[in-house]
Amino acid sequence: MSLLNPSIVPRKTYVLVWVALLLLLLANWGIAQLKLGPFNPVFSLGIAFIQMMLMLLFLMHVRYSTALTRVFVAAGFIWFVIMVVLSMNDYLTRGSVPGQMGNSWIHEHPTAPPVNLPKP
Amino acid sequence: MNATLPQTETEFTRTRGRVPSYFEEGGRTVGSWLLTTDHKRIGILYLYSILFYFTIAAIAAAIIRLELITPQGDLVSAETYNKLFTIHGTLMVWFFLIPSIPSVLGNFVIPLMIGAKDLAFPRLNLLSWYLFNIGGLIALYAVAIGGVDTGWTFYTPYSSAFTNSHVVTMVAGVFIAGFSSILTGVNFIVTIHKLRAPGLTWFKMPIFLWSNYATSVILVMATPVLAMTLVLLSIERIWGVGVFDPKLGGDPVLFQHLFWFYSHPAVYIMILPGMGVVSELVTCFARKPIFGYHFVAFASVAIALIGFVVWGHHMFTAGTSIYSGLFFSLMSYLVAVPSAIKVFNWTMTLYRGRIFLTTPMLYALGFIGLFTIGGLTGLFVAALAIDVHVTDTYFIVAHFHYIMVGGMVTGFLGGLHYWWPKITGRLYPENLGRLSALIIFIGFNLTFFPQYIMGYLGMVRRYHSYAPEFQIYHVMSSAGASILGVGYILPLIYLIWSLKHGKKAPANPWNATGLEWQTTSPPPKHNFIETPVVTREPYQYSPEVEERMIYG
Amino acid sequence: MAEAHEALAEQFEEMPQQTEASLLGMWTFLATEILFFGAMFLGYIVYRSTYPEAFAEAGRHTLILYGSVNTAILLTSSFTMSLAIDSAQRGRNRPLLGFLLLTILLGCGFLLVKGLEYSEDIHEHLVPGAHFTKELSAPGQMFWVLYWIMTGVHSLHLIIGVGVLAVVAWMAWGGKFSEYYHNPVLISGLYWHFVDVIWVWLYAFIYLINRH
Repeated sequence: MSLLNPSIVPRKTYVLVWVALLLLLLANWGIAQLKLGPFNPVFSLGIAFIQMMLMLLFLMHVRYSTALTRVFVAAGFIWFVIMVVLSMNDYLTRGSVPGQMGNSWIHEHPTAPPVNLPKP
Repeated sequence: MNATLPQTETEFTRTRGRVPSYFEEGGRTVGSWLLTTDHKRIGILYLYSILFYFTIAAIAAAIIRLELITPQGDLVSAETYNKLFTIHGTLMVWFFLIPSIPSVLGNFVIPLMIGAKDLAFPRLNLLSWYLFNIGGLIALYAVAIGGVDTGWTFYTPYSSAFTNSHVVTMVAGVFIAGFSSILTGVNFIVTIHKLRAPGLTWFKMPIFLWSNYATSVILVMATPVLAMTLVLLSIERIWGVGVFDPKLGGDPVLFQHLFWFYSHPAVYIMILPGMGVVSELVTCFARKPIFGYHFVAFASVAIALIGFVVWGHHMFTAGTSIYSGLFFSLMSYLVAVPSAIKVFNWTMTLYRGRIFLTTPMLYALGFIGLFTIGGLTGLFVAALAIDVHVTDTYFIVAHFHYIMVGGMVTGFLGGLHYWWPKITGRLYPENLGRLSALIIFIGFNLTFFPQYIMGYLGMVRRYHSYAPEFQIYHVMSSAGASILGVGYILPLIYLIWSLKHGKKAPANPWNATGLEWQTTSPPPKHNFIETPVVTREPYQYSPEVEERMIYG
Repeated sequence: MAEAHEALAEQFEEMPQQTEASLLGMWTFLATEILFFGAMFLGYIVYRSTYPEAFAEAGRHTLILYGSVNTAILLTSSFTMSLAIDSAQRGRNRPLLGFLLLTILLGCGFLLVKGLEYSEDIHEHLVPGAHFTKELSAPGQMFWVLYWIMTGVHSLHLIIGVGVLAVVAWMAWGGKFSEYYHNPVLISGLYWHFVDVIWVWLYAFIYLINRH
């Protein structure tokens, strides 16, 4: 192992991760063919999450990186989660108070004529 | 470390008895400046650029204030007026305020302050300046071919479906300038992590570094969302279908969520660096260590972090849910706490200090007062019940100008004067400096305080004609604006004058602590002859010691 | 003092510092990319939670075969990229070049398959606008707006990635890298893997969760 490169990962690890990723892909495709109702997204996104973690930890070397690097990686996701959670806080609670606007913006029978869009 | 000086340096040193400055070494041609990777030269390039965009935006403001002297819309048409405040907002926010302290003072001072030879990525730094100007020129092109009338906020559906103005061109310019922000942020973050001099631990760093670090986190995490939002807006304008379109079941308010997710943290980009400057100024000119160093350092980070969860307070009346409003209102109260901690700590730093009322100090004191007023009114509007009445009125306009102009621009001028001897090797004329600071303070308050009153009384923003009962306030505001204009022009004149005729500055005219003062004024190209080693806490000032400062 | 490597920039004291700085810089940039793509994912999440049936109906028109093949291609390209990095770390230049070229090839393969898929989508009138298929509702069209934008932005990033890897391959061919210095390989590898991670999520959001 070189002094300058503390994270030389054994090639076998890469092979195992690659095979695991492909098997997970197969599983994901397979499960999507089944009708599992609300559990379909759970599996699809769950497997995507596992694939992402495998790539982050082993292929992008996060498992072998400093704590500082891990903080930076985590920060990206945390900020994304903040953006989604606080936006959905609005969308999921619209219409929960009587008199407040509901959750869909499209009218049953649109009466507005199509808009002639100007040049940008 | 360079064991030998390059050939030109030793000849220079032999004949002149001193090391060449960064002006003299590295080439003297225009080309050597346009292709420089020296952070000090890039800081100056940014100074020229932001001055250019500031001037255009200020002219737009002047026309606006001229129009508003009379209740009728008689100087310009409504559409032109809309385009004027759009130019003013867009240029001032993205092409003046956001780059001002970070890209001018930060670029220049940060490597010096941490004892490094340059930033981590000097070529990215130069790229950042070019992207900034490419974006700016595209935005100006949008103005030249007819402008945009949506306001700097580009709200859908007006911007996406109805306006006939050049939205896509304008947002393309902003999009490109956004990359400039991101690169600066990346550069500062990595530099502060990796290039600190031996002995410079995190808690020995001057607060200016903490503030710029916090600012860089915002630059990096918020700007990409703006970038994508502008892309989505452009797609909707160009192709007529998009994610904000009600005909597809889309929500125009989604644009506001995405826009303000960036733009609220952006306002912290437009105040945190100013706070960093103030921390440097009050310590130096009260001759005291900062009161509560750890609190001030953590408060900078807290402002950046909490600033990301308050954006919905710009949307209280937009049709978002009441629970959303509740949460954002609560968080908006919370974000005021670290800011208040800073104001308290600056005040306690001044207490029992040995006060020197230099030009930078006058600006710092102005900042503390004006920011406090602006921040306080922020708390007023964080309350849902009040915001419902004053949103989209001049109360809001006054609120943000107190913070951005009374705070940030004042801080920028203070920092510019403070580091001017270091940057240029010249002293500016101190009495003219103090006079200008006073004129700016008076002009500023006359311009913007009446706006609080008329906003509260119902004067709507972005209107070029109004009910006659508001005229008295508008006349005061416009009169103040002309005084403010004089106040800004004076430093332009005397600072340029000082370049040729100002007294030569010593290495440390203010007897300040900090590594940047340990090298010559102006510094050599590589900043330090030898890499400094830090052993002491920051701000080792003492109010008991009799001191002299060297004035221009 | 040891001889400074010719690639050591003057603001750094030694190569490990420069390498760490480069990696940290790339991770910071990738964090910005999470938010750049994240804004689109937010739009998707908002509208899918509002119109689940319309999205399901629209999602059933996606071509899962193309999507799955493309996922396999990209996952494999990440594997070859890792082997490229491994070769660089061991100072083995010819395998480095080989694996870089293989990665580029696989990236181009992805784009080819995507192109074929797009032409199929166009043929099926799944392009939002005046000619959009009448079979789907208005929110269903919203799904397809998001499809084109999200996969389009992703493909753009992939094209940039291919370009970056081409430059890195050219540098490798010029003998610029050794076991002591190969920062461009490391940071472009991070970027490439990231684009793959984004695709893994896109695959799930676009092709899988709406099938029923």
